[in-house]
Amino acid sequence: MLAFLIRRLAQAAVVLAVVGLIAFAMFRFAGDPVNQIVGPDTPVSERAEIRKSLGLDDPVLLQFGRYAGNVLRGDFGISYQFRQPVTTLLAERMPATLELAFCATLFALSVGILMGVYCALRRETFLAKLFQAISLVGVSLPTFLIGILLIFLFSVTLGWLPSYGRGDTVRIGGWTTGFLTVSGLKALILPSITLGLFQMTLIMRLVRAEMLEVLRTDYIRFARARGLTTRAIHFGHALKNTLVPVITIAGLQLGSVIAFSIITETVFQWPGMGLLFVQAVQNVDIPIMSAYLLLVAAIFVTINLVVDLLYTVVDPRLRTSVGRTA
Amino acid sequence: MTETVLSVRDLRVAFETRRGTLTAIDGVSLEIGRGEILGVVGESGAGKSVTGSAVIGLIDPPGRIAGGEIRLGSERIDDLPPEKMRRIRGRRIGMIFQDPLTSLDPLYRVGEQIVETIRTHTDLSAKTARARAIDLLTEVGIPAPERRIDGYPHEFSGGMRQRVVIALALAAEPELIIADEPTTALDVSVQAQVITLLKRLCREHGTAVMLVTHDMGVIAEAADRVAVMYSGRIAEIGPVAEVVRAPRHPYARGLMGAIPTLSDTAERLTQIPGSMPRLTAIPPGCAFHPRCPNVFGRCRVERPEPILVGGTRVACHLYDARGEAA
Amino acid sequence: MSARMDDAAEAPDAPRATPSRLARFLGSDLWLNFRRSKLAIGAFAVTLLMFGLAFAAPWISPQNPYDPAQLELLNSNLPPLWNPDGQSPFLLGTDDQGRDVLSAVLYGLRLSLIVGMLGVVVSGFLGIGLGLVAGYFGGALDTVIMRVADVQLTFPAILIALVVDGVAKASFGSALDTNATILLIVVSIGLSFWVQYARTVRSSVMVERSKDYVQAARLIGLSSPVIMVRHVLPNVTGPVFVIATINLALAIITEATLSFLGTGLPETMPSLGTLIRTGNRFLFSGEWWVVAFPGIALAGLVLAINLLGDWLRDALNPKLQ
Repeated sequence: MLAFLIRRLAQAAVVLAVVGLIAFAMFRFAGDPVNQIVGPDTPVSERAEIRKSLGLDDPVLLQFGRYAGNVLRGDFGISYQFRQPVTTLLAERMPATLELAFCATLFALSVGILMGVYCALRRETFLAKLFQAISLVGVSLPTFLIGILLIFLFSVTLGWLPSYGRGDTVRIGGWTTGFLTVSGLKALILPSITLGLFQMTLIMRLVRAEMLEVLRTDYIRFARARGLTTRAIHFGHALKNTLVPVITIAGLQLGSVIAFSIITETVFQWPGMGLLFVQAVQNVDIPIMSAYLLLVAAIFVTINLVVDLLYTVVDPRLRTSVGRTA
Repeated sequence: MTETVLSVRDLRVAFETRRGTLTAIDGVSLEIGRGEILGVVGESGAGKSVTGSAVIGLIDPPGRIAGGEIRLGSERIDDLPPEKMRRIRGRRIGMIFQDPLTSLDPLYRVGEQIVETIRTHTDLSAKTARARAIDLLTEVGIPAPERRIDGYPHEFSGGMRQRVVIALALAAEPELIIADEPTTALDVSVQAQVITLLKRLCREHGTAVMLVTHDMGVIAEAADRVAVMYSGRIAEIGPVAEVVRAPRHPYARGLMGAIPTLSDTAERLTQIPGSMPRLTAIPPGCAFHPRCPNVFGRCRVERPEPILVGGTRVACHLYDARGEAA
Repeated sequence: MSARMDDAAEAPDAPRATPSRLARFLGSDLWLNFRRSKLAIGAFAVTLLMFGLAFAAPWISPQNPYDPAQLELLNSNLPPLWNPDGQSPFLLGTDDQGRDVLSAVLYGLRLSLIVGMLGVVVSGFLGIGLGLVAGYFGGALDTVIMRVADVQLTFPAILIALVVDGVAKASFGSALDTNATILLIVVSIGLSFWVQYARTVRSSVMVERSKDYVQAARLIGLSSPVIMVRHVLPNVTGPVFVIATINLALAIITEATLSFLGTGLPETMPSLGTLIRTGNRFLFSGEWWVVAFPGIALAGLVLAINLLGDWLRDALNPKLQ
């Protein structure tokens, strides 16, 4: 078990190092950092001064070391657009993105699992076929189009839900939450659905396929031969076996959800990290871009690790032979 | 013969496929008495497993029972509504499958699965059920049952797992057990243990057993009577000693002749030429006639009815109403 | 444990003479499957229709929406023809510049398809190439390529595309002309999607590599690239085709998303994504047609391609035969 943990941590470290290298390369070599700080008509001598003070003439390895050191201390540099530390900007917007990602995943899991189980158990009904059609649509439509559609339906036409922003939020310590106000909760609905729809269809299809597989196994047949109730068979044995791979995949999806929030936040003008990133790309704000990249990598790697560990907790077969999974 | 536990009359099982209706079992009749082990033997595809599945009511669409009747004791069970049949499964009829590796739900402890079966069919409390589960494990020969009851299936060896499966099948004390190839997936040495166990339990509890297998050695070792199946029909059914030592049906003769024995000095094993017909191409008259060394005119046209010859019922025109071989 | 009655009931094959390639195709399972599946036929028809419309856009559009000379502000903000305020010849209405929505959608469809297909070609070449190399040569080269693939897979394609886009803008200045922008988008998409191809091709190559005919070819003295391309590649076409179809839909969505976010095709030469972006502004003022029609076109196109890809994947899947 310990060997497994160490190996995964080492892998994670490698990934982060590689991404860090790319982020640094972007940070240092994409465009001219000096240009971003001063205007085009600054005299050459001043530029040389600035270059020296920023340490841009030092050997590359040294610069990378300095960058890595800074990053580990939480210093991602200064944003070109806002003239503020990138860390502050990201920290301000993280609660918005995380709350949105959480709600989206909750939506995707609950609705996805429900629909998937229904489609597996009641395969021939109209409702099941309808769900399958919806899943195809969910996979096909681009996220931003779904968002616009929802806004058109629920904001413009029906006027029930807001079309942009977070509503009223409450500040608790370093965190701003939208969960404690009615307008905050209302504002969460459409973006969560938009962000979670793709994941929901994925989960639904997965649950359905897994459950159909499980229902064909010998142990389910044996359970039937023992006269167990349909309820015990479907929801005790079949569902539990179905959910094991599903939960882990869903966990991995959480990382994607955080990254995909880029699009949803743009459509709904949601003040999160994703919107910050898009603005950074539009305005060529390199420090924010590289910081976001590193942050997303870190989040992914952490989630992957946690999910792997979760797998061993949930599936007893893996506890004794943990070395198998790569 | 002792009181009849299972009585099957003229059973027919059909499968609806794209290529039409296929009859997997066509007019099978057999009976098993209390404490008796009936072996059902035949090649792959002869219909042995289907017979077992039909008795316990686990024929799934596109298959269905298309004729005949099945009686447990004196009640008819082939036309029961699903819920009533469910209550009979496990409680009055138990079934064990070929592969112990896949017969048990990998996510639940062995004890949990036994207790679940017990409490589905009886009103015992959790504590009593658990005590009973430990008793069952002791009975089937699992060492240190109080400890191993909390083990997961993958922590048991193949032979041990099959014992657990037998314990599970016995949990609600059924009158009849259908064992579908119970030893095929096990090592030879373990096979003998499992067979001995089955025989002992059968004697001690008075359980009737339908032992489905293609292994004549197992039959000779364990069965009291044996039914030889061919192409969905029973060729010969009678006491094991008679059928094995003096088979009457040409197919049965071929089968027994094909078994290698240590005392055999022949150079080659006798082989029955040809192979069993596919379900789509069952010959008219006697299904075995294209391969039969004793075939004559009537065999090609008229299907033979079972005739009592000595202690055995044979379905062959060689033994018409007049009795001995023509 | 259920009796597999279907397997037992296969009729033996009847011998037949060697038919022509067309005859073989028409008798193949694939074609039979296609004919029986109304969904596949429908999806294929819609896809064909879209391709046709896009190809013929310059000839069938009432107006060339890129040509400022043809626009008149007088015609701006007109609703579709079936609305009482609509005016001919603007079948689907106009935007705030007087641009005909129908023409814009046709041209946009064209652009979206071109960029999407180019993206697939780039990612295909890159992926197949890297997969061939990794699978055939193995060793360190293989490890490096696969590690990079793994790292890249942790990031969603849109993120990679955005980063590539942003870096390019930083390096080359934000004054990129339209053709360069298209090239950039195509490269971004290509770089985002090569992994699937690479993995599939790599595993196929590794299977083929150990086969006798490859050893024989080596003995004869054929060079590695020749062996790879001429012998190994043809065996991979099936799965690659499925990946390409699904990839096309993803590429189109990615380009549309990039354009919607403002980092894709500009308003002077809009793809469907750009049109949706500009039209979004008018959603609240009630001018829904500027967003709706590009949206419907995009949705229809992607849905059709996805359905086709889904069907193709199931039809070519040996496990489901």
